[in-house]
Amino acid sequence: MKSSIKWTELIITPLVRISGYSAIIFVLLIFYFLLREGLPTIGQVSFTNLISTRWYPIENYFGLLPLLGGSLIVTLGAALIAVPIGICTAVYIAEVAPRSAREVLKPIVEVLGGIPSVVLGFLGILLLAPYIRRFLDLPTGLSAIAGSILLSAVAIPTIVSVAEDALDSVPRSYRDAALALGATQWQTIWRVTLPAARSGVLTGVMLGIGRVIGETMAVMMVTGNAAVMPIKWNSLFLPVRTMTATIAAEMGEVANNSTHYHVLFFIGLVLFIISLGINIAASATMFIQRKRSERILS
Amino acid sequence: MKRAWFITAALILFLLSSCRQGADSTKSGSSNSQTQAIVNKGSDTLVNLALAWAEKYHKLDPNIDISVTGGGSGTGIAALINKTVDIANASRQIKPEELQQAKTNGVNPMEYIVARDAIAIVVNTSNSVNHLTIQQLSDIYSGKINNWKQVGGEDRIIVRLSRETNSGTHVFFLENVIRLGDSKNKTLFSSDTLLLPSSEGITAETRDNPNAIGYDGLGYVTPEVKVVAVGRSDSGPFVMPSADSVNNRQYPIARDLYMYTDGQPTGRILEYINWIQTQEAQNIVTQLGFVPIKSP
Repeated sequence: MKSSIKWTELIITPLVRISGYSAIIFVLLIFYFLLREGLPTIGQVSFTNLISTRWYPIENYFGLLPLLGGSLIVTLGAALIAVPIGICTAVYIAEVAPRSAREVLKPIVEVLGGIPSVVLGFLGILLLAPYIRRFLDLPTGLSAIAGSILLSAVAIPTIVSVAEDALDSVPRSYRDAALALGATQWQTIWRVTLPAARSGVLTGVMLGIGRVIGETMAVMMVTGNAAVMPIKWNSLFLPVRTMTATIAAEMGEVANNSTHYHVLFFIGLVLFIISLGINIAASATMFIQRKRSERILS
Repeated sequence: MKRAWFITAALILFLLSSCRQGADSTKSGSSNSQTQAIVNKGSDTLVNLALAWAEKYHKLDPNIDISVTGGGSGTGIAALINKTVDIANASRQIKPEELQQAKTNGVNPMEYIVARDAIAIVVNTSNSVNHLTIQQLSDIYSGKINNWKQVGGEDRIIVRLSRETNSGTHVFFLENVIRLGDSKNKTLFSSDTLLLPSSEGITAETRDNPNAIGYDGLGYVTPEVKVVAVGRSDSGPFVMPSADSVNNRQYPIARDLYMYTDGQPTGRILEYINWIQTQEAQNIVTQLGFVPIKSP
């Protein structure tokens, strides 16, 4: 009896430990793999080529700037749409909505988050893009703004879910105190609850943006994939090509270990570093907030 | 503690090694009895068609295994010259220097036209432009012509649609339309050309957008879009793409697709090449969006 417990412990304890550490191991392995496959780019493609503005890999034009710009403008547009809507939805669900509405709304928003992005892409190509073209009188609806709108639908559920949890965990005494001091409900939300939940809301925003920048399928279907520099004043309404769509569209047919192959991994490396940065920023805000609350409590 | 690590590591190693064994045993199990192999390599344009033929033929005669790989027409012909393949696929004719190389290596390439490939130019049904020359198409796609009124249409911006760069159709269009078939011409697609990942994407956007112009393999064209007649020069004649106009070489944006063998083939290779010329095999050509060598 005694020895059998010891045996299972001998196996299970390290297994649990390994699965705990495996996340770190996987991230490191992926990073190593990206470095190994992506870094040869630097030896094979000249720096001036990499920072040029022309992406046409079958003729060895490897300018990354249009792709980087495309990803940034789509993400920026999606953030401009998703952040206000997401935070407002979270505030409504957590603070304003009656209990019955709340119990319906949150699961529905989370179902929205579960819609596969390829389905969103279909809706985008068949309904959204033609509508945008007619409504805004654009040459084509396959544009950065179409991608931004679709991606905001990807980001909003994340933002709502995390921000609502944060608002919900603000102690009830905060609201009671504000209301007792004569604040209106709006003043309570704007001046007390939302600032108190600031770090959670920011984390939600960061995670939402992280999802947007890594999203591929919907973007590839609706942004037109034209590798132009998004530097004109109306670039948000013109076609762009994102980094993720480039990798997805070209990886399938690229010859192993060719220059093009390495450049695609290099783009993956850039994407990885960007989303790593966003995630570090998100956890940093959480960490700062925790230290602050610990200070208040002590 | 150390012992625990040891045991887990041993377990993982054991699992990994058993996986390895499993993979090996399945491999050795498949090569039984007297299956005969045909090795087929070459053009990426042809690779899907060649795969479809190979699968169908394997069903008709399970003793023949045909392995198909891509890599490009040049790769396929090089492999034929080095005698590592039985059949090379090519989307262009063999070059004189390749033929010379083959002769010195004792290889005598035999040429078979197995299918044809034509590119249709499509626009929105409301577009009043009915015909374009190759030169006009080149100017549109390289960014020199930006408005439909410059080619006789309404005053609208032209939105250029293209397949992704990894598509064989993209490269064929670049070489034969944008660069007018001149290998020294280094003109590129205008950088604001929309690269769509699928034929469906091109059809959907052309159907909805009166500004759009697109191209695609003839077999992928649907009735929802308008096909434009193409002429070699301003004086015409302007020809609509069809199996007939491609087969009698009137339609300008078309090419033959080839298979090459070493010398007069015999046995299983001859049977396979003969089967490809049959109606049954040519029906697959139509299904994959190419033009069959004989009209049904």
